[in-house]
Amino acid sequence: MSTILLIEQLLNGLQSGLMLFLMAAGLTLVFGVMGLINLAHGSLYMVGAFACAGVAAATGSFWLGLAASIAAAAAAGAIVEVAVIRRLYARDHLDQVLATFALILIFSEGTRWLYGSFPLYLNVPPSLSGSVTLPGGIQYSLFRLAIIGAGLAVAVGLFLLIGKTRIGVQVRAGEADREMIAALGVDIRRLYTLVFALGAALAGMAGALVGTIQSVQVGMGEPVLILAFVVIVIGGIGSIKGALVGALLVGLTDTMGRVLLPSLFDLFMETSAATSVGAALASMAIYILMALVLVVRPGGLFGARA
Amino acid sequence: MSPVEQIPAAGSEPMAAAPARPSRATLVNAALGLGLLAFGLGAWAMGEVFMVTLATKVAILAIAGAGLNLVLGYGGLVSFGHAAYFGLGGYTAGILAHHALNYTPLFEWPFLFEGTTSMPVIWLTAMVIGALAAAAIGALSLRTTGVYFIMITLAFGQMIFYFAISWPAYGGEDGLPIYVRNGFPGLDTLDPLHFFGLVWAVLMAVLGGIAMLARSRFGLALQAARQNRQRLMAVGIRPGGVLLTAFVISGAITALAGALYADLNRFVSPSMLSWHLSGELLVFLILGGTGRLFAPLAGAGLYIALEHLLGGVSDHWQFFFGLLLLAVVLFARGGVIGFLAGGKRHG
Amino acid sequence: MADPILEIRGLSKSFGALKATDDVTLDLRPGEIHALIGPNGAGKSTLIKQVTGEIAPDAGEVRLSGRSLAGIDAAGRARLGMARSFQVSSVAAEFTVMQNVVLAAQGASGVTFRFFRPVMRDEGLAGRARDCIAQAGLSGREAVPAAELAHGERRKLEIAMALALEPRVFLLDEPMAGMGSEGATALGDLLDRLRHRAPILLVEHDMDAVFRLSDRISVLVYGRVVATGTPDEIRGNAEVQRVYLGEEA
Repeated sequence: MSTILLIEQLLNGLQSGLMLFLMAAGLTLVFGVMGLINLAHGSLYMVGAFACAGVAAATGSFWLGLAASIAAAAAAGAIVEVAVIRRLYARDHLDQVLATFALILIFSEGTRWLYGSFPLYLNVPPSLSGSVTLPGGIQYSLFRLAIIGAGLAVAVGLFLLIGKTRIGVQVRAGEADREMIAALGVDIRRLYTLVFALGAALAGMAGALVGTIQSVQVGMGEPVLILAFVVIVIGGIGSIKGALVGALLVGLTDTMGRVLLPSLFDLFMETSAATSVGAALASMAIYILMALVLVVRPGGLFGARA
Repeated sequence: MSPVEQIPAAGSEPMAAAPARPSRATLVNAALGLGLLAFGLGAWAMGEVFMVTLATKVAILAIAGAGLNLVLGYGGLVSFGHAAYFGLGGYTAGILAHHALNYTPLFEWPFLFEGTTSMPVIWLTAMVIGALAAAAIGALSLRTTGVYFIMITLAFGQMIFYFAISWPAYGGEDGLPIYVRNGFPGLDTLDPLHFFGLVWAVLMAVLGGIAMLARSRFGLALQAARQNRQRLMAVGIRPGGVLLTAFVISGAITALAGALYADLNRFVSPSMLSWHLSGELLVFLILGGTGRLFAPLAGAGLYIALEHLLGGVSDHWQFFFGLLLLAVVLFARGGVIGFLAGGKRHG
Repeated sequence: MADPILEIRGLSKSFGALKATDDVTLDLRPGEIHALIGPNGAGKSTLIKQVTGEIAPDAGEVRLSGRSLAGIDAAGRARLGMARSFQVSSVAAEFTVMQNVVLAAQGASGVTFRFFRPVMRDEGLAGRARDCIAQAGLSGREAVPAAELAHGERRKLEIAMALALEPRVFLLDEPMAGMGSEGATALGDLLDRLRHRAPILLVEHDMDAVFRLSDRISVLVYGRVVATGTPDEIRGNAEVQRVYLGEEA
């Protein structure tokens, strides 16, 4: 295995980790602030991707599509929060799971109804197509590099938002003590809708960016949702820092496992067997990582509560 | 919390001398169990073989749901990964039959393990595999509670799903066919009526077993663990062991259902392991009425009926089903049995 | 004087900079009610939790009948006869009174992993449970779900469950909280009888009851025992009046 390939895969792992972070950040905020488990977060990711594909196809502009993805997912999130999610805060986790599972059915089947089952493809905007040469002579896709940049920028923005602004203070207070924040005179219903819509916007943005690399189709949010759960279990509920570290760990473990494990087994097995054993183990790697974290720190790496 | 099938009042009223008349819940349960049997037999009499198969599917899914009900309805554990045990049971049936038909052993070391087409052997093996997987996953997941528990059981279920997809030996993504339905002594399992009768009997045995468990010392502790773990500790019973035991039994029951489902379809694929199936098992319970003994049967029956009826009207029946489910969760939490048998909920 | 049944020696526990329990030593002798009083936040509940094994102390030890309880968890201590009631009523709300008490009797029996015979038909457990329910004054309410009990009845249910544990000591955390004066008097009479079954470590805010029932009183302030003595001694103790009773008056 060449160093160049290795570095390329490291970048891919970083890129997928940052997109996972966009998903996990919203989920973990909603857990932390509202105490809600939201399975439909993956549907918002899908909504973002479809909005981007639809608007980009109609206007010919990827950038308008990207803006539309964020707006559409945020709007969908706000509507869902007001119509359904708001009634679930006081319910037990089972009701939250089932109601948001019902939302997945509605979103997925509704989207299939509108767009059909065939995947849509997005074109990388001309300004970001092609590849660049990185120091060391590595050729890497400019668009993926841009995604890494965007992911980092959002991460920094989110830390500033939570750490430095009034909204952030309210969010942190809400995590610590829901009654206190109501006593502070914060309109808690509005805050909840805002947090939910913010999480939805991040998910929608991730959906549009990943949809551009891969494809846009019904059900695309579900595998990402479950990965985001793994991220949160590893990072600890309610912690943005935990979501970032967890997402990067999961992204890198998954990507590197798929590249390295088959070649590792190749050292002492015949190639075809090594490929299948390696691939099977690589598919389990992040879950094994999660199990290890659970054994050592059941509350997650940065979690306060178990 | 969820409503419970209370340990019957007759047992808790020491003064109650006369045998009580069967409660409304008991009558509803009997109607559900006998109703399924009558539906299967009636469909056979009218030559509707497809309907017999549908009734068989309901019974099998109800067994899987009954396994989940033991931990969810009685123990209060929201497992979102029960497809794992269902699928493992299915693959046990598929893999054993595959080796039996190819005359190849599964492995020869440390002991010879050959394939089989005998259902009793397959069921036993499937239950052992399901129990072992549940013991491993449960031991890790039960270190946590609440939302963590839900996410972790979901994640481990997904791990087994991806493993099945990427492991090529038994069909990988394409699945594994069972060319001839496995056999049961004295029955012609290829005859839909025989197979239906067999599955119905297994369902009744499983529900009877769970009713027995619920009334036992273990069941009392399990239901107490759902309501108040601190209190259970304070009377000298550790909730961890009770919940893990329930989780293991639950995994075994759901794996048994998986083995039957593989034989029903004569095919097993990773879709049996998918998280959608875990979600559907939860849906059966809430549709039926969480914590009630016959909830899985009522819920699975309603689900399959809706799938069949709505599916005939629209390709997008799941859209409408989602709306219905949302309405049930938000507004009608007692489920079908709660509606028919009256609420027994306290607080 | 008889050997103490429960001994608490040099128990300390800090949460960060806060010393919740500061070198507490006290004991509980056969047949006595030993009350633990102190202002809110004095660390009474934290102390009880270290005795029951819900929280591990930083230093010191708890001995039951001369045996150290170090390394034994809450369930294990319950099985050794440490029966406790909770500050906020804590029962299985969906269970009937009878089921709750049978559960406690089952816990005391140490046998939970039995899967076949119906537990409510187990005459050994049911008989014990009925006995304890009668002693707690709840006869006739066996079939009522705990969630439907009146507040005072739920406190009695906790006592019945404690009795079913075949207790060697009772640890009662504010059993009279939220009860009317009539109910509190009746419960006081019940505690007065219970002390002969097993001594009682009583955390209570109802000062009338404490001074009427207790053989000894310990005063806890900021995690420290500032005085231990008979009710008369405590009444006359200048420091206690200053830090505690004065503030109440």
